[in-house]
Amino acid sequence: MARMKFLCDADRCIECNACVTACKNEHEVPWGINRRRVVTINDGKPGERSISMACMHCTDAPCAAVCPVDCFFTTADGVVLHSKELCIGCGYCFYACPFGAPQYPRVGNFGSRGKMDKCTFCAGGPDPENTAANYASYGTDRLIEGKLPLCAEMCSTKSLLAGDGEIIAQIYKERVTKRGYGSGAWGWKTAYRETVAI
Amino acid sequence: MAMHIGGKMRTILAIVALVLAAIVLTPAGAQAQARNPDGSVNPSASAVKEEQLLQELQRIQGRVTIPDRKAAVLEQPAGREWREFHQVMLPWIGAIAILGMLAILVVFYLTRGMVRLEGGRSGRTIVRFNAFERFVHWMTAACFIVLALSGLNITFGRSLLLPLIGADAFAAWSQWAKYAHNYLSFPFTLGVVLIFLMWIGGNIPNRTDMRWIKEGGGLVGGSHPPAHRFNAGQKMIYWIVVIGGGAVAVTGYILMFPFYTTDIAGMQLAQVVHGVVAVLFVAAMLAHIYIGTIGMEGAFEAMGTGDVDVNWAQQHHALWLEDQQAKERHAMPRGATATPAE
Repeated sequence: MARMKFLCDADRCIECNACVTACKNEHEVPWGINRRRVVTINDGKPGERSISMACMHCTDAPCAAVCPVDCFFTTADGVVLHSKELCIGCGYCFYACPFGAPQYPRVGNFGSRGKMDKCTFCAGGPDPENTAANYASYGTDRLIEGKLPLCAEMCSTKSLLAGDGEIIAQIYKERVTKRGYGSGAWGWKTAYRETVAI
Repeated sequence: MAMHIGGKMRTILAIVALVLAAIVLTPAGAQAQARNPDGSVNPSASAVKEEQLLQELQRIQGRVTIPDRKAAVLEQPAGREWREFHQVMLPWIGAIAILGMLAILVVFYLTRGMVRLEGGRSGRTIVRFNAFERFVHWMTAACFIVLALSGLNITFGRSLLLPLIGADAFAAWSQWAKYAHNYLSFPFTLGVVLIFLMWIGGNIPNRTDMRWIKEGGGLVGGSHPPAHRFNAGQKMIYWIVVIGGGAVAVTGYILMFPFYTTDIAGMQLAQVVHGVVAVLFVAAMLAHIYIGTIGMEGAFEAMGTGDVDVNWAQQHHALWLEDQQAKERHAMPRGATATPAE
């Protein structure tokens, strides 16, 4: 089985936000929830870089460790998913997540947190079926159809890579070798305890 | 010892000097060449590097085009420390504080036993807490018990309760526990505020407390050190409730209204304070419940019916009893003049 990962080649990202739009549209993510976002570092200064960030589907995921109701699980592909049936919306996964991935709809009392929502690597929910109920909760399961996450598929500069960790690391390595520079595989060390050695 | 410290200082100074020299002497070109060997511009010459940013800053932050300000934090490795706290430290602090307190109380009960009312009851009673005071006490107490159980569930439920009742039942219970925790925080906070206001008068530490503490409050020796309305032990409980209750209320509302007033680091800190204060609070309240029930004969009545036996008051709150009786004597003739004898 492949170990699915994301890799954002910051030297290619042009902050077009197509990945964000693709994600929102594909899964009909509600207003106020952003499973993916683009963060620009050193905006307007020399060396500015943009990075598209979502759940990195960490190895030994911190969200899964701190969840009081143990609603997370990792699929055979290394995708970190959670059950909205079990989630109580306590917000702890957000405190532990290094990447700010968990999102909470403000449906609770006083606009407090509802059940957590996050990037599923386009792998749906715990139930591997594209039913209407599953779609409403988790969005499309593209992996089951043999497709990769839509954000990366849509990326106009192919900055955002999604797929088998070894393959996308190889693609990135080749790019860096060819063009002679690279600002690194953002988040890899934190998420996977390894980085792409060039 | 002084020599040793001096040696250490010299080593540190030498290291600082070396680092400074390295910074000053490093040529600009060592970082990244502004131009490639073929003369073209190197576009990554001053590009931000993740590793460098993480070393310099506690978290990597940027700009986002969405109105969610907290989304601008790209990476926050501090989550790892918070995870360590939540997974390892807090359960240990909680287990030691709560089980330790229970063990102390059991041992104390077995060795000292119930603090008896010497000489039995007098049959005469005196009002200790009026209806309003008892209402406030029990409102706060009832909220506290629900808040404590639902709070402990968040920290210990996954390892203790979940394996017993299964994932679905545990999630359903935890969901209700969370609602209860959020809602009952309001009457609990109100209770803490009222307790602060209505009992502040009798809870300022003074000279009498020194003697009470020296004599172990009569808990250890057989003596009955005099006390005003509240003895030093009760004053301690009062301030634990006021300060501890205030701390859990403030941090709790920060957690309940996430990111209204603070950022991710503030949220993590609020959870740390909330968790630690709460488990210590639970441990302290166990002692309070013990002494108010099986620990002391005649104590529960104060919060039960509100009236305590005069003998009990004499033994535990002699100075308060004197004051009350003096007031009564003082009030009597005035009452007599107010009602004409017709």
